[in-house]
Amino acid sequence: MQFALTEDQMMLAEGTKSFLAAKASLTIVREIATGDIGAEADLRRQAAEMGISGVLGHVDNGGLGLGLVEAALIQEQLGYAVTPSDALTAAIATLALQSSEADQSALTIAGIARGETRVAIALTEFVSKRDGAGVEYSEKGLNGTALFCIGPADADIIIVSDVDGTVHLVKNDTSQVTVERMSTIDRTREVLKLSFKDTQSEQLEGVNASDLLRIARLLVAADTLGAAQCMIDKAVAYAMERKQFGRTIGSFQAVKHMCAEMVAKLEPGRALMWHAAHLTDTDDSEASLMASLAASYMAEASRFIARTSTEVHGGMGFTDLLGLHYWFKRIGLNNQMFGGATAARADAAKLQGWE
Amino acid sequence: MDLSLSQEYKTFEKEVRNVLEMHRSAAPTHEDRGLKNPKRLAWQKLLIDNGLAARTIPKEYGGYGAEPDILKSRIIAEQFAITGLPRPMASQGISMLVPTLLELGTTEQKEAYIRPTLYGEMIWCQGYSEPEAGSDLAALRTRAEIDGDDYVINGQKIWTSTAKQADMIFCLVRTDPDTKKHHGISYVVFPMDTKGIEVRPLVDMTGKANFNEVFFTDVRVPRSGTIGEVNKGWQVANATLTHERGMLGNPNATKARLQELITLMETETSSGSRMIDNPLLRDRLIKLQSDVYAMQANGLRILTSRLNKESAGLAGLIVKLNGCELNHDIAALAIDALGELGVLYEDGDHLRADGSWQARYMYDLGLIIGGGTAQIQKNIISERGLAMPREPRLQKV
Repeated sequence: MQFALTEDQMMLAEGTKSFLAAKASLTIVREIATGDIGAEADLRRQAAEMGISGVLGHVDNGGLGLGLVEAALIQEQLGYAVTPSDALTAAIATLALQSSEADQSALTIAGIARGETRVAIALTEFVSKRDGAGVEYSEKGLNGTALFCIGPADADIIIVSDVDGTVHLVKNDTSQVTVERMSTIDRTREVLKLSFKDTQSEQLEGVNASDLLRIARLLVAADTLGAAQCMIDKAVAYAMERKQFGRTIGSFQAVKHMCAEMVAKLEPGRALMWHAAHLTDTDDSEASLMASLAASYMAEASRFIARTSTEVHGGMGFTDLLGLHYWFKRIGLNNQMFGGATAARADAAKLQGWE
Repeated sequence: MDLSLSQEYKTFEKEVRNVLEMHRSAAPTHEDRGLKNPKRLAWQKLLIDNGLAARTIPKEYGGYGAEPDILKSRIIAEQFAITGLPRPMASQGISMLVPTLLELGTTEQKEAYIRPTLYGEMIWCQGYSEPEAGSDLAALRTRAEIDGDDYVINGQKIWTSTAKQADMIFCLVRTDPDTKKHHGISYVVFPMDTKGIEVRPLVDMTGKANFNEVFFTDVRVPRSGTIGEVNKGWQVANATLTHERGMLGNPNATKARLQELITLMETETSSGSRMIDNPLLRDRLIKLQSDVYAMQANGLRILTSRLNKESAGLAGLIVKLNGCELNHDIAALAIDALGELGVLYEDGDHLRADGSWQARYMYDLGLIIGGGTAQIQKNIISERGLAMPREPRLQKV
């Protein structure tokens, strides 16, 4: 019995952290968030060389051949550094392609792992249809719109769930798909509106939207874990440095208790994340439930941490100068994705026969 | 990450299960409550003889004498939960005094007290808190003056559970009033039937006297009852408080409560629909479920740290705060799911579960306060876990 990360896993997390500290500082994140395409491509190329887009890909397909625990650890570090990254969409696409019999999937996975093939993921309408959105499948092809897709506007391929939960692979061809950017609070990720008109697709047999969704939720929760941890670290560091009334504000119980509350909320979530990812890797019957619970837990904990850390920073926390809002917004977007925590809990209830 | 048990532990798990099932008929029931009920004492002896209680306490002091093995302890605890058989006694004497004696007691003290305590024949109470020394425990004023081979004790303790039934008390007293407050305290044990001790029950919001006040008037006790060195009682007490905080946040017990709540919500109905089918209550339930699973995973993480002889760090420091809070939230949802039925208490036709949810809701609030308040826990987390500075102390006036 060992409920702990292995040496290799810890090295992977540390390696990712130091890579991001060197190559994806807040200065670079700001450049990318304000539209510096060169900086984005540069970071993406270096991250792909690190294997960040090939974590779940089989070694035969040019991936690292690792599991969800490792993917979650990397995603956590990406959240910690609020890094713009293809890791999440790459992981979901790789899983979908690996469990299907799609043509050329090995080649596609290898392209994703190299960072050359970019993916957009459209799963939202399987959970929540707003403003008349939803993609229907018929003999003519795919029709309808998908909102809140995650991925770049110039993605090469799209993984899209139709409203019945069948997952399709679509080539992102301007004659087939219209892509518009959706402007969100979080500029570290691209969010898209996709419109399909008689779009030809390949159905991914053996993949279902609900499984993909649970994995996506789990990885988003890992991203949140990292972002929230960083917000705590920043709050503690700031409280130790900032002086008022002749003493560091971190010596006031009012401030210390806010920090303690943040830690007390986050720390069990870390263990729950490990547990959920491990159960998925071992095909445990409780894996789906645990993933939904982890998503719910992390959303609740991080909402509290995002506001509390900002408060600990006082007025500075509210400024653009400090950039703390990048983390606040990263968490903000994460917590609304795929119907948010309420939908994750509804899923957990359904898995236990309550609906 | 490996959550499986090796063959050695699987075999052990089976053995524990077999022993428990074999003796099922000897288990005391609800009727046999009462601290010194013969059936309870016999059950405790049977558990010790089979290595299921007092497992790692040396044989010479009445324990089973096994090597410490945290995984085996956990397996035993799980098997009690699975079989539903009564757990070993976990009195303050067993959980707090015995570990302290083993660490700091003299041979005479160990021989005199450990065996009867383990067997449930000697009941203890804890004399720590005072009316003017709660969170600031080191401010305690109960005075022990040296007179020959004796102490003469005067003062008052409060929040003393089982004081009425106790044979003995382990007590913090001030032996040197002229030094810094942490430095003048001694840890002393003495019999509760000593002349000059008066116990007054303290009825709390549950309507029961779960605690007492204890008054000392010229209580003369032998100085040989000092555990550890004179004036070093603060260090001795800190050793035992660590044990108490571990007791107050047990994730397996919390999981059992959540299961009771689920059963309640699946069976209780209002206007014909089950409470579990109410989306608002169900959403709250799943939130709590995620908290419970998170604390359980956190518990596995702590267990692994202990197995690897490492500090559990923050994962360990948050247990008391989160565990007590979570138990209280579970009781609160049960009461809300019961609606008006949730206010019934003590007896009556419509009462559910003997009124235990109301009792827990109130008692758990006591546990949030007791054993180091939530605020003290937050000080500990931020100071020890995050290395944040202590609140500056006021100059003495």
